[in-house]
Amino acid sequence: MTGLVMPKADEKTMARRAEIVAAMRAIVPGEGVVETVNEMRAFETDALTAYRQLPLVVVLPETVDQVARILRYCNENGVRVVPRGSGTSLSGGSLPLADAVLLVMSRFNRILEIDFPNRVVVAQPGVTNLGITTAVEQDGFYYAPDPSSQIACSIGGNVAENSGGVHCLKYGLTANNVLGLEMVLVNGDVVRLGGKHLDSEGYDLLGLMTGSEGLLGVVTEVTVRILKKPETARAVLIGFPTSEQGGQCVADIIGAGIIPGGMEMMDRPAIKAAEDFVQVGYPLDVEALLIVELDGPPAEVDHLIAEVERIAQANGSTTCRISGSDAERLSFWAGRKAAFPAVGRISPDYLCMDGTIPRKELPRVLAGMRELSEKHGLRVANVFHAGDGNLHPLILYDANNPGELAAAEEFGADILRLCVKVGGVLTGEHGVGVEKRDLMPEMFTEADLDQQMRIKCAFDPNHLLNPGKVFPQLRRCAELGRMHVHQGKMPFPDIPRF
Amino acid sequence: MTDFTPTTPEEVLSVVQWAAAEQAPLEVVGQGSKRGIGRPAQTEHTLSLSRLSGVTLYEPAELVLTARAGTPIAEIEKLLADYNQQLDFEPLDYGPLHGQAAGAGTIGGVLAANLSGPRRLKAGAARDHILGINAVSGRGEAFKAGGRVVKNVTGYDVSKAMAGSWGTLAVCTDVTFKVLPVAETETTLAIRGLLDDQAAAAMALAMGSSAEVSSAAHVPEGVAISVVGGALGSDAATLLRLEGFPPSIAYRLNLLQDMLKNAGELQVLLGDKSKAVWRDLRDCIPFADGTHKPVWRVSMQPSEAHRMTLDLRQNVPASAFYDWQGGLVWLRMEHGEPEAERVRALVRAHGGGHATLVRANAAVRAAVPVFAPQPPALRALAERLKASFDPHNILNPGRMAG
Ligand SMILES: Cc1cc2nc3c(=O)[nH]c(=O)nc-3n(C[C@H](O)[C@H](O)[C@H](O)COP(=O)(O)OP(=O)(O)OC[C@H]3O[C@@H](n4cnc5c(N)ncnc54)[C@H](O)[C@@H]3O)c2cc1C
Repeated sequence: MTGLVMPKADEKTMARRAEIVAAMRAIVPGEGVVETVNEMRAFETDALTAYRQLPLVVVLPETVDQVARILRYCNENGVRVVPRGSGTSLSGGSLPLADAVLLVMSRFNRILEIDFPNRVVVAQPGVTNLGITTAVEQDGFYYAPDPSSQIACSIGGNVAENSGGVHCLKYGLTANNVLGLEMVLVNGDVVRLGGKHLDSEGYDLLGLMTGSEGLLGVVTEVTVRILKKPETARAVLIGFPTSEQGGQCVADIIGAGIIPGGMEMMDRPAIKAAEDFVQVGYPLDVEALLIVELDGPPAEVDHLIAEVERIAQANGSTTCRISGSDAERLSFWAGRKAAFPAVGRISPDYLCMDGTIPRKELPRVLAGMRELSEKHGLRVANVFHAGDGNLHPLILYDANNPGELAAAEEFGADILRLCVKVGGVLTGEHGVGVEKRDLMPEMFTEADLDQQMRIKCAFDPNHLLNPGKVFPQLRRCAELGRMHVHQGKMPFPDIPRF
Repeated sequence: MTDFTPTTPEEVLSVVQWAAAEQAPLEVVGQGSKRGIGRPAQTEHTLSLSRLSGVTLYEPAELVLTARAGTPIAEIEKLLADYNQQLDFEPLDYGPLHGQAAGAGTIGGVLAANLSGPRRLKAGAARDHILGINAVSGRGEAFKAGGRVVKNVTGYDVSKAMAGSWGTLAVCTDVTFKVLPVAETETTLAIRGLLDDQAAAAMALAMGSSAEVSSAAHVPEGVAISVVGGALGSDAATLLRLEGFPPSIAYRLNLLQDMLKNAGELQVLLGDKSKAVWRDLRDCIPFADGTHKPVWRVSMQPSEAHRMTLDLRQNVPASAFYDWQGGLVWLRMEHGEPEAERVRALVRAHGGGHATLVRANAAVRAAVPVFAPQPPALRALAERLKASFDPHNILNPGRMAG
């Protein structure tokens, strides 16, 4: 991927920069347009920091009307647009393009409505994920999907990435918790999908928009459902001599009809890095560490904790600690939550991968990763959302060593190929972006990708929104729309008819 | 007039390829159990998936099931039950409402109609449980989307786009759903004798509590008697369902009883009795009266539902009951007129949502938009999306016309 090729910057657009900046200024006054190189530096990358690119100009609109006018102008003038929330994408989804307007939604930062009887919050897209919970927690409510980046990432970005988090095993992903959207299409049309009611009318455009990575439209308002906070939560910290036993324990818990509020696993290198960093008493003599959190009414939690403990022991756990207080529960999580920075301490750089596999394939995939680690000469530490088979291998490398980034990327690509091979997918929650773009053919045929691109064409016929992301090769909509007629005689004597 | 009944995905592909080349419209059906919904088809040819059947993958430990699109839903539910699992979104069965036997329908139809049930409030609809599809577009091209794992953001969520598309975008040949364990027990707390507005308040209170209520419905006086052959009696019943592990249910029931002790007379429905009630409400049995009186299924914000029906009744006689805390209103038009414009205007006036005419005779369905008409920009987008899958409009043309 260091060979990453982005769409060629359009010379004509570059030459018209002054005119485009002036047009943006005419739409968004004052500090809403950022154009100096120094100021634009803040926006040159997202959380996939291996890639940097200054945009043509940065625009920070404040109203839906401004967004509509910006998009209409860009559409009419053939100018590309990269939407951006907080810039925490791990896949390069909000990486700027040299010839594109970077449309930053961070000034859309207000909660518009809190409706307790219907248990929904209506928010502007720049509100942070945590900001929604903060707005309702005094009344005992919260917004369930909780990406680790929740203090920073925007709800609009969550919609665009269909983000997940520890709680998603029990409470669903962003897609299952968003009820309505307002969005602006590239032609400037403003449309509303869904609302405070369930199931939007007509086609499930809400479902299509969720996870569309800024390629289909710009989200300007989000309606999410909120939930009552569970009365209690307790966690169990379980260590196993082998990852197979850990994997089997996860399967048995789910097999017993228990869907925990969170179920996370770490492998030995990740345990060690986390324990060195935060010292919370993780056992260092185990191959797999499982954190299982049960939430709900106390009677239920007590009942299930006992079940989980029994299942863990039956699977040969060597450590099994049950949190006795909320402080202890949080300490169990502290190491897991600090896993990324902890790994950051032991290695100058790391790449965070994001494949998902059928749970039963975990031992095979871990063994495969060990082999790949030797092959590429790089270390890997693993944290996973164990309940749903979503792996986050962290590949350690040093960008200052020539060739190491390329090796790390090759290693990552090999891991994802392995995930696909065992029946899994390239990305569970971080998105395709630029990072996994060129791996899409590992999972999809040309026909699969063509149909996805045709959907893109229905929203954005000139490929102006976030080009160079998701699709390895952009084909013109006119070409995609052409029909190859399969010359038609009435088919098959062999198909039954009556 | 040809009825195609392919038995393999390859045969489906060749039928659609032929139809695309000839620009010959197809009515796409499973077992045809929901033919009574949507604008009546006027196609010369029918593509029936009823013989494209069979579960091709079921891994209980992985909570995943793949089946050919024409697999009977009854077969799937039975298989899952053998492993103590279920489709958690409780797909409703439109059969009885349309005067047909219960138990018909295919898994592909479940997705195409985005079915759900009383547990929709907590567990979502078919759209929330579909993981992947194989399909043939109206262009006559086979494609796949999604996969077999829950966490997956690789490419657009095209599987979700099939939910509620009523076979107008592509013909699904295989569908993969997430499945979940059946709750150990269920219990329902019924509050008796509440008026609609009191019920709305009680349901909001219960849903906003930590009792983890998985379904909340209100069956007013006059309708209650038609639930489970009169087992509920005739007084209005506001129903709160609790599911899970016995110790948890006992605790949560207590919590609700305490919270609602002054709301009205409380009654507890255990196990099978609770199940029977929710099954009847799921399938709209109270209005399964053997008539063609128009029935609306309205999705709107819960707190406004009873006000909408109150306003409606100022002008026309209608019976109603409420599921999803009120967010789902089932309306039967007692004078036999659909009153589409009036119903939709009232839904708009009460905070928005959408009304689908789920029962009406063919003449009415040919004249009245069954699915909610959309504002121009949205409609134009939906038409472009349709064209991206089916440029010659050969799959169920006009079925969703609004
Ligand atoms: C430390 C760390 C931990 C993380 N943990 C998790 C995790 O646990 N789970 C998880 O799922 N992700 C995680 N992420 C990834 C990231 O936080 C999420 O993808 C998040 O949703 C991105 O939100 P954002 O506002 O930063 O979006 P950006 O990075 O700004 O944009 C992401 C994508 O969304 C598009 N976009 C943004 N706003 C809009 C809008 N209003 N309309 C249309 N398109 C828009 C952009 O074009 C881009 O394609 C983590 C990231 C970091 C750095």
